[in-house]
Amino acid sequence: MEILTLIVKRVSYAAMLLLAVVVLNFILINLAPGDIADTIAGDMGGATAEQMAEIRADYGLDLPLWQQLFRYVSNVMQGDLGYSYFHTQPVTSLIAERLPATLLLVITAQLVALFVGTLLGVLAARKPNGWLSHIVTLIALFGYSAPVFWTGIMLLIMFSLWIPIFPVAGMVDVTIEGGWWSHVLDIARHMVLPVITLSSIFLALYSRLCRASMMEVLGSDYIRTARAKGLSESQIVFKHALKNSLGPVVTLAGLQFSAVVSGAVLVETVFSWPGLGTLALQSIIARDTPTIIGILFFSAMVVIVGNLLTDLVLRLIDPRIRNRA
Amino acid sequence: MQDTIHHIAPDNSADAILLSVRNLTVELTTRDGVVPVIDNMSFDLKTGGNISFVGESGCGKSMTALALMGLLPQPAGRIASGQILFNNEDLAQASDARLREIRGNDISMIFQEPMTSLNPVYTIGEQIAEVLRRHRNLDRAEATAKAIELLDAVHIPSPASRINDYPHQLSGGQRQRVMIAIALACEPKILIADEPTTALDVTVQAQIFDLLTELQEKTGTAIVLITHDMGAVARMSQDIIVMYAGRKAEQGTVAQVIRQPAHPYTHGLIAAVPHLLPTITEERPELLEIPGIVPPLSQFGQNRCLFASRCNYATEQCRQQRPEEISRENQHITACWHTDSLS
Ligand SMILES: Nc1ncnc2c1ncn2[C@@H]1O[C@H](COP(=O)(O)OP(=O)(O)OP(=O)(O)O)[C@@H](O)[C@H]1O
Ligand code: SF4
Ligand SMILES: [Mg+2]
Repeated sequence: MEILTLIVKRVSYAAMLLLAVVVLNFILINLAPGDIADTIAGDMGGATAEQMAEIRADYGLDLPLWQQLFRYVSNVMQGDLGYSYFHTQPVTSLIAERLPATLLLVITAQLVALFVGTLLGVLAARKPNGWLSHIVTLIALFGYSAPVFWTGIMLLIMFSLWIPIFPVAGMVDVTIEGGWWSHVLDIARHMVLPVITLSSIFLALYSRLCRASMMEVLGSDYIRTARAKGLSESQIVFKHALKNSLGPVVTLAGLQFSAVVSGAVLVETVFSWPGLGTLALQSIIARDTPTIIGILFFSAMVVIVGNLLTDLVLRLIDPRIRNRA
Repeated sequence: MQDTIHHIAPDNSADAILLSVRNLTVELTTRDGVVPVIDNMSFDLKTGGNISFVGESGCGKSMTALALMGLLPQPAGRIASGQILFNNEDLAQASDARLREIRGNDISMIFQEPMTSLNPVYTIGEQIAEVLRRHRNLDRAEATAKAIELLDAVHIPSPASRINDYPHQLSGGQRQRVMIAIALACEPKILIADEPTTALDVTVQAQIFDLLTELQEKTGTAIVLITHDMGAVARMSQDIIVMYAGRKAEQGTVAQVIRQPAHPYTHGLIAAVPHLLPTITEERPELLEIPGIVPPLSQFGQNRCLFASRCNYATEQCRQQRPEEISRENQHITACWHTDSLS
């Protein structure tokens, strides 16, 4: 029950945040030089002042600003983010086409970074002076310092020129035939390089934090208790210590959600991944304001949902947080 | 002199020796080198017996307990020599796997910090049941049922619902009760209690000691009590070992040692407690204020009396040579060159 209250609370908080994003978007639209009437007029190859006024009346641009805002908000709430003249498509359907690819990339990269990062961190923490520990430090250093697009381009060069086992562009191979299984496999193969690239930086962050948090936990009194019970080393590490060291890592992963989404823009561009990132780049180059703003709106939503999930996971892990609400 | 220690006291000659620690030396690798943090320690514990370790902070009491458990800090600590004979098996030589079988099963331990000794992310029921599954091969349902019984035995009210509580939902005293339930779950032969009440309120302290006594009567577990609290010693134990700088300073029955301390250090400890009562009172008689401090770890193991700098009886001999352990009447042992000047 208590978890329901939390979700309701967090969702209404998220709704308020989204509303703020929408209002901000509206302001951005109005700040941009020219309006829809100018664009349409441009497309028609010029228009008279009367025609312009007519178009403006059609689109409600002659109304007072607050009424326009109201209309915009209610449109967004009905899922109408405007029309992209560049792509000649409603923004909502445009984004709906691209969103799954981005979500797939972002979620997989986060999970890979979390899983591998945690595993490396745990193994390193058990032998703080062992070779694995030094490797984790190296990976972390590399992950911190190498920009995502650099890692991406290096991998791209490596895998296109030297070891061409993974596709370096796109998400599907249209020539692939067979059942759904071969399509899943095809997508998975296409995902390898973008996911490695996108997860590398976060993997570095998480493994480093997990190592530190694990080392602290391993020195705590309840681990001594677990030892005094005669438990095996793997039960001590993976049951008693791991669950306690995950908190900081999951918290960080939640905070990094927006960074992963913005990282995805770069990675998608490098690997021509057909997601929101490539769409964003196209739209920016084409000055396609409605699309850009729609993408902003959806990115905000992804980050908000990500944070909500983080919160829920944290509560699953730690009963002390569960009882605090 | 060591051999005199292992005589069996006449009035207890029927009791079997459960644990016999012989010339145990534990070395700790520190920045200043390798030091004997336990230096040639010997003592016996009878089946169902009680022994207390007292001494100032840093004397090596916890280290002794951890050595018995095979839980010395790694990689710094190791048993350098000596034997820990438990039912005639030398735990000092036992494999890690064998020690894991013994820990929590034959020898258990509870700690000073009940607030942090339980894992915050698992229910107390799970933490009790786990040790039963580990050593008793119970399945989940059986282990849970037994956990409820154990919670009841340590007097946690409505145990059937409390097993789903997390440690943070319990008070310090209750958490120590849960620790006791975990420690006694497999009916161990020995319970080591390392300052089990230091972190608790005075009234709760008395309750915990009552509980330990009650459970000991039921289970026949031998208790090794480590404490600063002379009142608790008088209340809980027949035998006492006074430790100083990793060595045994004095050993005897509680009555002997309190009435007639045979070592200047013990003398100081007891003088520091105004009136020793056989029961626990609202006051907390604590070991305190002998002028000076315990020598640093780096001086442990030197061939001299490590108490000399604080001792009124110290002579040149004390500064030149480590005092041998000598046995006075009835197994009353002291390591002091001038013990006769005391009485
Ligand atoms: N993990 C460790 N690494 C290095 N030295 C340690 C470690 N644990 C304890 N020591 C040192 O060993 C010595 C003995 O410590 P021990 O914990 O046995 O003392 P104690 O008699 O239990 O004292 P207290 O009453 O404070 O609990 C101390 O000097 C302590 O600093
Ligand atoms: S041996 Fe000497 S210094 Fe040590 S306690 Fe006895 S009298 Fe004091
Ligand atoms: Mg201690």
